[in-house]
Formats: sequence, structure tokens, C-alpha cells
Amino acid sequence: MKKTLLKSVKILDPRKKTPFEGDFLFEGDEIVAISESIDAPSDCDLISGEGLHLAPGFVDIHTHLREPGFEYKEDIASGSKSAVAGGFTTICCMANTDPVNDHAAITQYILNQAEKYAVNRVLPIGAITKGLKGEALSEIGELKEAGCVAISDDGITVMNSQVMRIAMDYAKGLDLPVIDHCIDLHLACNAPMHEGSVSVRLGLNGIPSAAEDIIIARDIALSEMTGAHFHVAHLSTAGGVELVRRAKAKGLRVTAEVTPHHFTLTHEACKDYDTHSKMCPPLREQKDIDALICALSDGTIDCIATDHAPHAIVDKEVEFDQAAMGILGFETAFPLAYRLVLDGKISLLRVIEALTLAPLKVIHLDEKFFEKGARADFVLLDLAKQYRYDVGQSFSKSRNTPFDQWNFQASVEQTWVKGQKVFDRSEREKESL
Amino acid sequence: MDNFQPSKDYSIESRHVLSMEDLSPSEIETILELGLEFQRLSEDKVKKAPLLRGKTVINLFFENSTRTRISFELAGKRLSADVINISKSGSSSSKNETLYDTAKNISAMKPDVLVVRHSSSGAPLALSKLVNAAVINAGDGAHEHPSQALLDMLTIRQKLGSFQNKRVCIVGDIAHSRVARSNIIGLSKMGAKVSLVGPASMIPKEMEQYGVDIYYDLIPGIQDADVIMTLRIQKERIGLSPFPSLREYSRFYGVSPAVMKAAKQDVMIMHPGPVNRGVEIAPEVADGPYSVILSQVTNGVAVRMALLYLLGK
Repeated sequence: MKKTLLKSVKILDPRKKTPFEGDFLFEGDEIVAISESIDAPSDCDLISGEGLHLAPGFVDIHTHLREPGFEYKEDIASGSKSAVAGGFTTICCMANTDPVNDHAAITQYILNQAEKYAVNRVLPIGAITKGLKGEALSEIGELKEAGCVAISDDGITVMNSQVMRIAMDYAKGLDLPVIDHCIDLHLACNAPMHEGSVSVRLGLNGIPSAAEDIIIARDIALSEMTGAHFHVAHLSTAGGVELVRRAKAKGLRVTAEVTPHHFTLTHEACKDYDTHSKMCPPLREQKDIDALICALSDGTIDCIATDHAPHAIVDKEVEFDQAAMGILGFETAFPLAYRLVLDGKISLLRVIEALTLAPLKVIHLDEKFFEKGARADFVLLDLAKQYRYDVGQSFSKSRNTPFDQWNFQASVEQTWVKGQKVFDRSEREKESL
Repeated sequence: MDNFQPSKDYSIESRHVLSMEDLSPSEIETILELGLEFQRLSEDKVKKAPLLRGKTVINLFFENSTRTRISFELAGKRLSADVINISKSGSSSSKNETLYDTAKNISAMKPDVLVVRHSSSGAPLALSKLVNAAVINAGDGAHEHPSQALLDMLTIRQKLGSFQNKRVCIVGDIAHSRVARSNIIGLSKMGAKVSLVGPASMIPKEMEQYGVDIYYDLIPGIQDADVIMTLRIQKERIGLSPFPSLREYSRFYGVSPAVMKAAKQDVMIMHPGPVNRGVEIAPEVADGPYSVILSQVTNGVAVRMALLYLLGK
């Protein structure tokens, strides 16, 4: 099997306190060694890592690949390509496809398509309830058997507490995390943005922060009662952060994720009725951002997830209150997270942990990680590179992002999945010349 | 009156009138002054001047309206513009042509001014970015209704002379009222002191950002007011009502003859129409000596003539 040695690269291992300069050897699809110095074995390819940082491949536990059903927005092939351009070597796709991934046959279909068309690892998330209706449970056992790593009705909240209770009881026995999209639908009233000073100015109904906090509090109580692992999807409120912090202090099985857009933008981004700033949960306030960043830094929030939600022009170029919710996530996730590092708000290794080891733990993936025998999934980063993000160059089929033409520092230069290079920015840049 | 000309060269910098936020005090002053001049034209035997001859005004109404549409239509016709009315259902999702396609198609016919009403807040702003014509917001969702605020302001100025330190009290469903929002912004800009009265469920606390006083009781709210502006209660509201019943609303917040006893002697009573008699305002008050409701309607045509002229000439 072909061996490849990366020499003199700065290695970012989230289990270490600091980056260190070293070498990285892999053979076929597995890592052979990571250490300060490795002698080149015979007939081995050599790659120079000069000026680059090596990190484990990123893991996104919250994405929408839109296949089956909404291939005009995205499909597994385009979503997967966009993911690796953002450094994501493993992605978990939500169940709100058409048909919904509430049945083992759909899970199987997604995995077959991924086998054929994806350039990275795709792990499906199954629906909690049939058709995401919040009523009858999906065949969760079979979903797990088919390959689902968690259950979620993401996009809709399971409003019936008894249904959620049974789902948690059941999932606990299967050791599956239960991921909830936490918005009280009655309180949210289909509003298109956060309730606050901006919604009042714009004459739009708002989703109050309390709509999110109420469901997080309910699910924490249910998790305490059932012993199930409850994971908060896209946490966006300071109140929610407090609830998760208290739950963790009590030792409950509660974890949480935050998206890059929620720690970057406030509701002010909606001020010109820009539908690229419309998502659910909505963009909130500066005090929420401050709480989210602090919680991400101290581990109250476990991981970063993108909530990559491609929508076509026809879904977004409509009246604000009628536009689809959500934005692209993969390709801007790392540079947005790195802004926090540049601002001195969070350490680089914590960002790497939140993009790699932490999300793997959330989905209970018990596998070797960034060590001998582990999958050779990794990224090479250029932390000094300055560039302007152009969504026109995105691999996604959709273009819905508020970050188009933003200036960033830090790029994903190469992404490798199981020892194969699946993304190389320099080649991409040559193509676009 | 083919020789009618404004007494001076009026102009404003704004290309569109989408929100009272965008208009400067001097622009508001210009619109009101010109409105007064056009009022003279409306009282003439021949209510027409060739000031917009050869210009096209399209009233693009995605939401039902009689009063505002007629007011804009008359305004355009009195200035000799070609006026066309288009009424459409407002929803892009109902398999109709999208708002944007409609806009682009109408724009391709080269109109000079588009007057847009839409049930979605922000729709006129979005449209203004897609078309070459000047856009006037004739009411968008719960956002703004700038021409209504301007006609209200003309009515107040006519009667009170100026806005400085005048107290205007707006009563009703502030949260969902585009009329209230435009009036709060415009009146505050011109130096008036605005207070809001209604049940707390109809006045979001973030209204404080406009520097207004908020009252949950009617009498303390209105007793020092120079103007009481009552808002229409949306009886046909979809979803949960922010108050228990029309009966309770009218008992607590209806402007009745008894309430008028607590008001200033020469208070002005205003209402943007259409009036729910006996709900937000008693018939005796709506038709009483302090009511300027019909002057508002007359002034509406004049102010809209001013807007069409300034944006279309």
C-alpha cells in the first residue's frame, strides 16, 4: 500500500495543549504515525507541509443535503464537494428530505447515493417521528441498524412533550442522541426573524428568545427524567446557554452546538429585509453572541455545526416573510470560526476540537481518532492566507449566504479523506483563472 | 387651470418614498408645503394641471385597498399623468407570478412611478431595487405607510401651525400598525412629542427606541394631547387576538364622549379610516366638532399629488 509522508507541518491535535511541528505518515486509508520526526520509509511519497497547519478532518453533525426530494437546492454529490471545500470529511445529514428519512429504506438510499457520489463520509440522521409530524415514532431501531447516528425532526420542534418523552426513553435504550430543533412553535407564530428592536422597526413578527429557551428547558427536564442524551441543535440564545450550563453542572447528558452565523451576525443583518439573513433560529442580539462565544470557549457548547441549508434563488428571492429559512454553511465555517481566534476570544485548538473531536463525541462515534490506525481524514490549513469569499465559486448548487464577498483570513487548502486528496484549493484557484 | 404651477421649484433628494426614516425634516417640509399648494388646485373648478403630462403612474396593489388607491389615482389624474391600477393577490407562494417577475415585467413597460401596496413588510423596498421607476410605499405589512403619515402631518400642521412640542397621542394596536409606525417616526422628526396608548399586548416594549411615552390607560395618555389619533382595530385579524373582546377593548380604549371630557378643549380627533364606529371611536366623536377625519381624506389627495410630482416630474 502506498505510503505518504507529510514533513515539517504544524500539527493541531485537539488533545494537545499547543500546536507542534512534526511529521505525519499515512498508508492507504489509515494513519501510521504522527510525531515530531518520522524518517521517510522507502518508496514513500513526500509532501511538504511548509507554512501549513495539519488538523483532523472536520466533522459537521448538522447539514441538509436535500437529497432525496429537493435536488434543485443541493444533492449528495454537490453538498459533499462543498463540504470538503470547507474541510469537512464527515457530515451528518438531517432527515427533512422528501420522502423524510423516517424509514430504513430511505437511510439506505442516502447511503447508497453517498457511496456512489460523495467524496467524504456521510452519516444520516433519522427522523424522530414519521413524516416529521411530531406524532408517531419512526422505526428508530431500524434507522439505527441502517446507519443513522442520531435522531432529529430538525426544522420542526417535537411540540408534544409526551412524544418527546417516549422518543427519549426509546433512544436511550439504543444509545442514540436525540437532537431537537428547539423553538416553541406557538410562541414563534411563523415569524420570520428575532423579536426585538429590529423586528419592531421592520414591522415583522418576531420569534422571542423565550420560544427557544422554553423548549430547551423542557428537553433538559425530559433528559433528566429519561436519562437520554439530549443535544441542542443550533443554540442561539444567552438564556439557552445558561440552561445548558446548569444542566451540565448537574451532570446531565446534555450537549449543544452553535453555528458560525449565530456567533457572527445579529438581527441587525435583517435590517434591509435581506432574505440571506433569514434563518431559524433567527439571528439574535450581541448579548447572545457574547454568551455563545464564551460558552463555545469554555466547553458549555460542545461543538460547531454549520446547519448548511441550501436554498435556490426561487426560495429566497421572494418577500421576506415568505422566504425559506437557512443559509449555506460549509465553506465559510472555518474562516468564521478563525475570526474568533484572531479576536482573541477563543483558542485555535479549542476551535479545532469543536470542529473535530467534540462533534464525534456528540454522535457517540467510538473510533480511533487522529492516531495510528485511525482514518486518514485530515485538512491542511493556511492560517495566514487572506482572501475574499466569492459564493459564485461555491461547489454548492445554491448561493444563499450573507457572507458573499467577505474578507477572510485562514483557508482550508487541502482536504484528504481516507488517504485520498479530495479538495485542493490551488487547483480550484487555477481553474477559476 | 392649465397654467397652474407650484410657486417655486420644489424638489427632494430621495428617489423613492419607502419609509419615513429615509425622509429628512426638510424633505418632509417640502412635501407638506407643496401639498398645501396642490390643495388649492383640488378646490378649483378644473381640478387638473399638466404637470405630469406624458408620465405613467402604476398603482400596484397586492393587498385590497379602496381609499388609498383612489387617492393615489385621483392625485395622478389631477396632475395629468396616465394612471393604471393593477390588483393582484399578494402571495408568491400561491403559484402566481412572483412579486419580482411582476415588478420586472411592469418595469419593462417604462412607468415613471410605481405606487406599491403589499401585505409583506419590506416588499416595496425589495421592488425599488429591481425597477427603474420611482417607488412609493402605499403600505407594506405592519411596516410603514408614509403617505398616510404625511397627510396626517399636513392636517395637523394646517390646524396647529407647527409640530414643535405638540403632543400627539396614538391609540390602538401599535404593534401591527404601519400608520402608527410612520407617524411616530415622522412626527418625532418634526419636533412633536408622541405618546402611545393601548393594551400592553399591543405595544411592544421595543417601541421605546422611538423615544415615545407609553400609557396603558387611556385617560392619562390623552389628557394633555393636542391630537388624538385612533387606529382601526383589525376585526378580521387572523390568529390569536391581542385583546379579549371588542367589547372590552371599546370600554377601555374607545374614544367616547365621556373620554372627550378629559381631553383638551380644542383637541383634534384623527383616524386613518375606515372607521369601526362604536369600537375604537364613538360615532358622536367621529362626527363631532373636533374630528378632522374628512380633512385627512382631502389632504390625502394633495399630499399624494406632491409625492407623485416630486418623484415623477
